[in-house]
Amino acid sequence: MTETSAIVILIAAILTNNILLTNFLGMCSFVACSGQIRTAVGLGTAVTFVLTMTTMINYAIYHLLLVPAGLVHLQFIVFIAVIAAFVQFVEMFVERFSPKLYFALGIFLPLITVNCAILGASLFMVIRGYNFAQAVGFGFGAGVGWALAIILMAGLRQKMNYSDIPEPFRGVPVTMIVTCVLAMAFMGFAGMVSIQ
Amino acid sequence: MANNQPPIVPCSKGLCGGRGLLTLKQGAWSNNPLAIQMLGICSALAVTNRLESSLVMGAALIFVCAGSSLFVSLLRKYTPHRIRMIVEVAIIATFVILFDEFLKAFYWDMSKQLGPYVGLIITNCIVMGRAEAFALQNPPLLSVIDGVANGLGYAVILAVIGFFRELFGSGQVFGCVVLGSQWYTPNQLMILAPGAFLALGIVIAVFNALKGPQPEEKNK
Repeated sequence: MTETSAIVILIAAILTNNILLTNFLGMCSFVACSGQIRTAVGLGTAVTFVLTMTTMINYAIYHLLLVPAGLVHLQFIVFIAVIAAFVQFVEMFVERFSPKLYFALGIFLPLITVNCAILGASLFMVIRGYNFAQAVGFGFGAGVGWALAIILMAGLRQKMNYSDIPEPFRGVPVTMIVTCVLAMAFMGFAGMVSIQ
Repeated sequence: MANNQPPIVPCSKGLCGGRGLLTLKQGAWSNNPLAIQMLGICSALAVTNRLESSLVMGAALIFVCAGSSLFVSLLRKYTPHRIRMIVEVAIIATFVILFDEFLKAFYWDMSKQLGPYVGLIITNCIVMGRAEAFALQNPPLLSVIDGVANGLGYAVILAVIGFFRELFGSGQVFGCVVLGSQWYTPNQLMILAPGAFLALGIVIAVFNALKGPQPEEKNK
């Protein structure tokens, strides 16, 4: 387990253990924001960035602060505070230095705080006992995997606008069922690499 | 405290009798957090591969939702508007930690099985949504009812999904074999990830159908 290289974890997090399609994290924004490819790309980029950075920061805090101090049970509240603070910081930073990017990402940044994928990745990192390199690989891979899934979904949903769907299935139900098919497609990668 | 309410909240006398019942019904059925508002989907999918874990998760959410609603509501007059979010998150996280420690102490296996998803209740939009939309404006008792109702609405859907996934996925209910292996081949797909999406999609569709036609939902 500990000798799995960071690269393997990176690939596994993107394809075989996709954080959205196998761990169901980040579903809320996935359902809400997968209507158009442009929004999906924006959100996917923001999530990838925040996910990578917060996994690193949380790794440092967990191993340098919480474990030595014996405060492991506070991990939830510390992690969520780090994520919220980091998102706020990124928002201010982007607003100050790149107003263009700020307008592109603007609405998505606050949304990210409550995206379960971010907190989930930090918790998985702790539960699976990754070292630093693995944690970075996992954080980045999970972000890319999430972005990949939401962009694919946005493409599918744009096509679906033209199809005639039975009344009760319109909207979210059909999104779920298409996600089911997408998840099955990703299961095809299952033999390549595996992490637990 | 209900009797001397000023008429700002017109129908808040008889907390449990009058408005309480309506709140309960809204939370659990007509405004069901999962099937109508599409909140908290993440955990709904992850823990429903067995009925037992679905029920535990439902109980966790009822507890956290009721507890955090109570405290957000108690503190609603003392919380500065600007920092209310962080206050809400802190309250919710406290209750989640309580539940997590409880599980670890008494139901270690279940705690292992649910893994990170207990912690993820913090980011479950239902809890935050109720704190923000209801508990901030309403008296404590009513907020607790609302929290319980929403938790209940969530738990029921979770139990339904968990029941069907376990039934079709392994032919069992609560670990007892129901569909015999002589004539039923368990469909592994229902236990794995795609089955979760499929089951939730169908449950929501059935819910929509039962509720009858509703105003066209606009997709962004």
